[in-house]
Amino acid sequence: MLRVHRPGLMTTVQDAGRVGAYHLGMPPSGAMDRFSFSVANLLVGNTDAHAALECTYLGPEIEFTEPAHIAVTGADMPLKINGEPVDGWTCHAVSPGEVVSFDFLKAGARAYLAVSGGIDVPPVLGSRSTYTLTGTGGLDGRALREGDELKTGAAATSAAAGASVPEELRTVHPSQVELRVVVGLASYRLVPESLAAFFTTDWRVTPDANRVGYRYRGGAIEFVDRTPPAGAGSDPANVVDIGYPVGSIQVPGGSEPIALLHDAVTAGGYATIATIISADLGRAGQSRTNDVTRFVEVTLEEALTARHELAARLTRVHEALGAG
Amino acid sequence: MTAAARPELAPGPDGSLYTFGGDEWIVAQLSESMSLRANLRAQAVTRRLAELALPGVVEICPSNAAYMVRIDPDVVHPRAMLERLKELAEEVGEAEDFVLQTRIVDVPVLFRDEWTHETVMRFRDRHQTPDRTDLEFAAELNGYPDTDSFIAAMVGAPFIVSMIGFVPAVPWGYQLVPADRQIEVPKYVRPRTFTPERAFGWGGGFSAIYPVDGAGGYQLFGICPGPIVDPAQRLADFREQFTFPRPGDIFRYRAIERAEYDAIRATVEDGTFRYRQREVEFVPHDWFADPDGTVRRLEGVLDA
Repeated sequence: MLRVHRPGLMTTVQDAGRVGAYHLGMPPSGAMDRFSFSVANLLVGNTDAHAALECTYLGPEIEFTEPAHIAVTGADMPLKINGEPVDGWTCHAVSPGEVVSFDFLKAGARAYLAVSGGIDVPPVLGSRSTYTLTGTGGLDGRALREGDELKTGAAATSAAAGASVPEELRTVHPSQVELRVVVGLASYRLVPESLAAFFTTDWRVTPDANRVGYRYRGGAIEFVDRTPPAGAGSDPANVVDIGYPVGSIQVPGGSEPIALLHDAVTAGGYATIATIISADLGRAGQSRTNDVTRFVEVTLEEALTARHELAARLTRVHEALGAG
Repeated sequence: MTAAARPELAPGPDGSLYTFGGDEWIVAQLSESMSLRANLRAQAVTRRLAELALPGVVEICPSNAAYMVRIDPDVVHPRAMLERLKELAEEVGEAEDFVLQTRIVDVPVLFRDEWTHETVMRFRDRHQTPDRTDLEFAAELNGYPDTDSFIAAMVGAPFIVSMIGFVPAVPWGYQLVPADRQIEVPKYVRPRTFTPERAFGWGGGFSAIYPVDGAGGYQLFGICPGPIVDPAQRLADFREQFTFPRPGDIFRYRAIERAEYDAIRATVEDGTFRYRQREVEFVPHDWFADPDGTVRRLEGVLDA
């Protein structure tokens, strides 16, 4: 069992996400940085089906009551066991009574703490991921609190203390990020200069950045004049309300782009202009307030190549860890 | 007027546009403007797509005049799926023969309630008309002499649930009345930071219910005693799914008084609440020929 001494700022149970209910307004949730989540699980002998803890900005302090293997990946949030610094991206054995804690965040936004056997909470709609808005999944549908107790599932025997991800396969988190996007959706509603300017603007992440989405500031977007179509509403950025893909970028009022992430609002009435490619959603979720973001246009083919490259990188982690 | 940014990404003459949302999503806009026809085409294509159970299709989401599909690009190439969706649109055509197998649901609403009124007053500075209520504003904007006749229009014909989302369970309702009787209102000038759960509101051409407390920008007219989410799945209507509305549902909003509101709330509290609902066939062809007669027949099934 895991006993939560301090919950951290926003620590939630997350897995690979929930599919099949987007049409009922239920976003996938799940780890914001899927690559780091998968690697953390691999390090402790788990699969993507196991849930881990996503620790945002400020990590938790957790006591283990049973022997377990743990690993921390993702954001650079230095890990300590019983107060002693230990390496990230590495499998560690913890003994009953030992306490896992974190130093202050150095880079990135979200660290993933995986535990052998996974965090065992009841799956909802096929996933243990926490979606706080409706209190779905995770531990009572909310972020961890002091005094919480978490169970773990049956551990595989393949975890090996000391196993470590080679430096070149770990992710780094610069404070200037590039997010690749495919242009489309209602991009035709923008004036051409505005669409061009969108890609040359240094967008800064505002404090309004969470699992639902990130809001950016730094430029302005102008829409083509038109008479609003029936049902759309009068704002130039309005459309007849429509579904929003995860990763889609909308510009309400023309000044502050919002990129929707894993707890996305699933639909609404704002024109969306582009969508962050799947391979870069993790990078978006690792950026933080005041980081500078450039959106870079890619083709669908380039997006698919990037997806395959990220999958190949995970395969190399597998091989490096001898997990096949 | 300035030319569009990318001619190749502009909609066709009929307003249709298929685009990629990154590598995992395809968004098919069937029309730029809302109409029952456009929504029925979206419902028809998505229902057909669900029946086909194609490999690599992860999510199928009908929306008002569009629909969206999430795919696993490791299983199916997005371009191949997009071509398949265009074929489906051809097959479905104008959905002339489409028959919507659905249910009609009685959804009571307490208009002018104290909870949304308090909210409306609290956020007056974010509204178009700080000196009037949302109901008064919307009634006048839509040419009704008073709020009573405006409420009568809203409960005068049922709504098709044309999309679900924003947050879980929000039923976007498009009223089954001809275009010249469609109610349309702008959203708040700046969104509110609070809306009470179960509030009944309207934005653009759509009614909606807020499932939980939260931010919102719709004009607020009343509150529903029945929940549309039940995360604990305590109530009978929520045993299989903790959200109640389904795409294509027909909701008949019914104005109630405070006594009935309180009585229904008591049944929610004691766990015996159920929505009154009946299975129905909605035949669009009938509706286009005789909208008023067709909705009266549907309501007749519910009230029988």
